[in-house]
Order: sequence, then C-alpha cells, then structure tokens
Amino acid sequence: MEVGWWGVLIAVLGGAIRIGTPFLFVSLGECLTEKSGRINLGLEGTLVMGAMTGYAISLHSGSPWLGVLCAGLAGMVLGVLHSWICSFQRVNDIAVGIAMMLFGTGLAFFLGKPYIQPSAPRLPSIDLGGWSDIPQLQAALQINALFLVGIVVAVVLGWMLKNTAWGLKVRVVGESADAARALGLPVDRIRIMSTAMGEFLAGIGGSYLSLYYPFNWSEGLSSGQGLMAVALVIFARWQPIGCLWVSLLWGGAAALGPSLQSVGVTGGYYIFNAIPYIMTLAMMIITCSPKRTLVGVPRELTMTR
Amino acid sequence: MSESRKLTRRQVLQGTAAAGALGMLGNLEWIGQAWGAADKVKMGFIFVGPRDDYGYNQAHFEGKAAVAKLDWVKAFDEEKVPETIEVQKTMESMVKLDGAQVLFPTSFGYFDPHIIKVAPQFPNIQFLHCGGLYQEGKHPKNVGSYFGFIDESQYIAGIVAGGMSKSGKLGFVAAKPIPQVLRNINNYTLGARSIRPNCTTNVIFTGDWSLPVREAEATNSLVDQGIDVITCHVDSPKVVITTAEKRGIYCTGYHCNQSKLAPKGYLTGAEWNWAKVYMDYAEMIRKGQTAPHLVRGGLKEGIVKVSDYNQVVTDAVRKQADAAKDKFMGGGMVVYKGPIKDNTGRVVIAAGKEHVQTDIWLESMDWLVEGVIGSTKS
Repeated sequence: MEVGWWGVLIAVLGGAIRIGTPFLFVSLGECLTEKSGRINLGLEGTLVMGAMTGYAISLHSGSPWLGVLCAGLAGMVLGVLHSWICSFQRVNDIAVGIAMMLFGTGLAFFLGKPYIQPSAPRLPSIDLGGWSDIPQLQAALQINALFLVGIVVAVVLGWMLKNTAWGLKVRVVGESADAARALGLPVDRIRIMSTAMGEFLAGIGGSYLSLYYPFNWSEGLSSGQGLMAVALVIFARWQPIGCLWVSLLWGGAAALGPSLQSVGVTGGYYIFNAIPYIMTLAMMIITCSPKRTLVGVPRELTMTR
Repeated sequence: MSESRKLTRRQVLQGTAAAGALGMLGNLEWIGQAWGAADKVKMGFIFVGPRDDYGYNQAHFEGKAAVAKLDWVKAFDEEKVPETIEVQKTMESMVKLDGAQVLFPTSFGYFDPHIIKVAPQFPNIQFLHCGGLYQEGKHPKNVGSYFGFIDESQYIAGIVAGGMSKSGKLGFVAAKPIPQVLRNINNYTLGARSIRPNCTTNVIFTGDWSLPVREAEATNSLVDQGIDVITCHVDSPKVVITTAEKRGIYCTGYHCNQSKLAPKGYLTGAEWNWAKVYMDYAEMIRKGQTAPHLVRGGLKEGIVKVSDYNQVVTDAVRKQADAAKDKFMGGGMVVYKGPIKDNTGRVVIAAGKEHVQTDIWLESMDWLVEGVIGSTKS
C-alpha cells in the first residue's frame, strides 16, 4: 500500500513510541533522583550496563523478561554505589556521576565482549494497530509492553510524589535537607532509595535498547539517552507526566530525519538528524533566565545553590 | 641499622645491569629464538572496532583466524584501536614486543599520518594497509596497500535483489556519501536494473558508521515506503538485517555472512575474503619475498565473495546471478560501460566509453546512477 508523505507522519508516530520508550524510563529515573535533591549524571553508564546485562541474561536464561529485571537490578547496584559515595561530606554529586558514567560504560564493554555476536531472545511486541488495514500503521503501532509499563510508572510516580507521605518526604529532602533533618527524616537514606529506584528504571530503559529496539547488544548502542535525560527532566519541569510527553516528542523528532529521506527529501539530512539536539539547545536557552528560577526545581540541587 | 643491610655502590651497579639484561629479554625476538619460534612468520593485526561486530572488523578477524591456524604462522591482534596516536603505540609495541615482521593496520584512517610516520622507523618491517592508498615515490618503501572490489559482489547481490523483489523497490541504508559507499550503491542498482530496468533503489544516509537506532529507523521508514529488499553499508549490518527480518522483508548482507541473523530473508550478501589475502602474504614472507606495494582484486582474484543463496531464491534468478558471476570470474565484465546517466539526468559516461574496475576515475565517484532515489549532497 502506498502511503507517500503519510509515511513521515507514521514514522514520527512509531518513532515517538519506539525511540521514546528508553528516554521515558531514563528521564523518570532522573526525575525521581533529582526530586530528592541529587543530580545523577551516571545514568548513561547505567543505561549501557542495563543493555548489556539484559541481553546477557536473556541469552543465558532464554527469558527476555528476566533480562529486563536483572538490568534494573544492575542499575540499582550502581545507584546505591553513587548515592552512598555522595552521602559523604563535601562530595560533589556531578563529579561522582561522571565517574559512574565512565565506570558503568567501561564495565559493560568489558563484560559484554562475549555477547556482541550471539542472538538473544527478543522481547515480544503487542499489536495495537489491528483496527487499521494499513500495514505501515499496524507496524508503527506494534509496541512493547515496556512502553505501557512506562506510562503507568509515570502516572503512579506523579501521583505518589504529590499525594503520599513517601512522596512528601522525598520532596522535603529535595527542597531543604536542613528542614528534613529538623523533621527527623533520614536524608541520606531517602536519597539512596530514590537514586537506587531511579537507576532501576534507567537500567530497564537500557534493556529496552538491547532487547527490543533497535535490538542486539553492541558498544555503539546508546546514543547518549542517559545524558539527554538530564535535559529532558528540566524540560519536563520535574513532573513525571511531563517526562512522558517530552520523551515522545524526542522520539518523534529522532525519527524525522530518516523518514524524510525515505520519501525523497534527500538534502539537509544532517540538519534533520540533529533536530533532537537542536531542540535540547533551544529548550535550554528558552528556560534559562538570570531573572527567575525554574518552576518546580528542587532547591537542594547543586546547580541552584 | 646493621651494616649488612646497606647497599654498596657495587651492588647497586650489579642490580642495574641485571635489570638491563632483563629488559633486553623483553624484546621477544630473543625469547622467540630461545623457544624455537623464530622461524614462524609473525603477523600483527590492528582493528578499529570489536572483532566480532558481524561487520568490517569481523571480516578481517576471520582472515586473521585463518592464517593463525597455519602452524608456521604466529598471528596476534588488537581490537578497538582508535585512529589516533594510539595506533602508533600499538604498531610500535607489536614490532618491539611481539616481534612482528608484518603489520596489518586494517582501518582506513590508520594510514595518514600514522603508518607513514611509524614505517620509516622500522625499515625491515612491512606495513600493509587495507584501503589502497599507497602511492609510489610518495610513501615509505616498506609500506603497501591491499583492497578488494566488493562492489562486484554488490552487483551480484543487486541482481538477486532485483529478481526477488515484488515491488521493484530496493532499499539501501548507507553511512556517508563517500566514493566507496556510492560505488556499492551504484553497483547494486546497476545489477538490479541489468535484469529489471525499472527497478529503483531508495538510499538513506545515516551520517555515521555506527548508529543503531537511526539504522533501525531508516529500515522501518524504507519498509513503510514499500521497499521489499534492503541492504546496507555501515560498520555492522546486524541492526538492519534483524530489523528487516522482523518486518518480514528480504535483505542482502555486507562485510561478512549474516544468514544466521535472518534465516528467512537473507537472500545473499557481499562478503570479504581476507583469508585469501592474508594467506598469500604469509606465504610470501615465509619465502623471504617482499610483498608487492599494491594488491587489489575482486571476485576473480578471490578477495571478495558472494554468500550462498537462500533457498527461496528462484532458479531463474540464480541463473542470471551466476551468469554475471561467471563473467566477473572470466575477467570480461565491465560494469561502468556507457551510456550511463546519473539520477539527475546528466550523462556521466558517454556511449561507447568504458571504465574498467581498476580505473582510477572510479575512485573519485561522486554521483548516483539513474534509478537511485537519494542525493550525495548532505
């Protein structure tokens, strides 16, 4: 069936979901960590580590879902390490994050050597396009259950941060550590838990890359999703639901470049391929102002001090 | 402290001498002689990426593994060596520590300035670079180049693709519009159009050699536009091949055999056969000959090959592909024979004019042949 220019729209729709899902998990993880007052730049390392772990476990056990779980757990371990180091006096969380990013990536490359070649079982997809008789649309709406899980996590996380005692504690710790201590809250423990849970999500995001899309473990798998997460969270104004929309937007933008070439717009593909990054820059410029602080920014974040 | 614990000047000097002797032992040529390995041909291989990427580096690694099996060869390699001063260090240590007699730095970017800089320091060692950049008189005497015309295999793969396609629309995921890549795209298209003149090839340039997400997106977009056979020229074709298989279309491989990744859709593929090249070099060095400065060849010379056809490839298509292959093997095949137009309608090769495979003119290719949907402009 000929779709012509509609193909671009279908690709952007499909790409929003396909490419956006790992962004969603990583940015939700970063969002939770930042809500507790810490920036975690180590998520890029976690993403790569999660991708490698998920693929390896899926290969050995034959169950990709077990791989997803183990990827999350591997992320959790890195998260505990990050937040434990950060809980010492005068340790800079950004510097530790960069160290953790290099550590996670390096470790994943080192352990992942034997897994570049073999083919592991892939995560199954769910057909949501059965109502349509356009095969291209059906393919675009073949989604992975992790995307749905991500939406649920975004909604639940947003609700919990707003309406539960647990969420209030995280926010207090993120707004003012001194006030939290005065209330008798265990600041370090709450931060360790938030970071560990954030990294759990980031690890799952990584396993999506190696076990579903684009599929296969390789050392060039991540294209910086873990680092972009920090920018996405700012764009999402530290709201989990915002993370969902922003991730979809980024995924769609990343799909634009290749799809335009497929319909015959053959020039300027470097510019089209750079759209997600141009958007990041533009967003940073628009949201930064010396005259006001951002809405929703947790005040304990190092950058606002 | 007792007198006996103090080191005398003489003891220090003795210690230094002993350490120096040990250091000289570190030069493996010594140890090699002691262990009786000196008569082995020692070959060092350097790869820019991982050895097992189902792509460019794996193809070279398979060649290395083939020579390593010979009992009179000692082969060693290092992977993921960047095209920086890093490769100079690797080359030096392979010569000094491993006693390499011949080095194969396989990545294109290793040549200038790295090989050119290191080679004059070791005039007895041969530096053979994959890429065909050697120029007589300009480069050191102990440097050579080797390269294969893999576009000949792409021509055959194009015939199979054109013959097996239902829509007559082929797809090509390419990294960058450089001459080598354009030549593959053009040969693929010319091959397909030689048996099916209205065939088209839709090209997507991703912009770099390894971008898994974008390669998968490109494949999906092409499938959405109705192409039903796809191939690629990126470092590792794994993502394109597995995505094509998932979308249920045919594909043809590149660099090495990917049929395991797509048992249903993998029709055939253009493969390197470096084992042949490395075996020949090993033989020459064993006999004490100097390797020629330029080794180039295609299907006929056995430097490239075509993957075995998938069982779904029909007999009629097999026949057409094999006929072209026989012509290449016989040396009588000229792909770039006029009249040939580019995809803007300009005549690039006039009627009656021929450019044979070794023609240097082909190495500056900057156009896409008629039937390709795509542009070399970025």
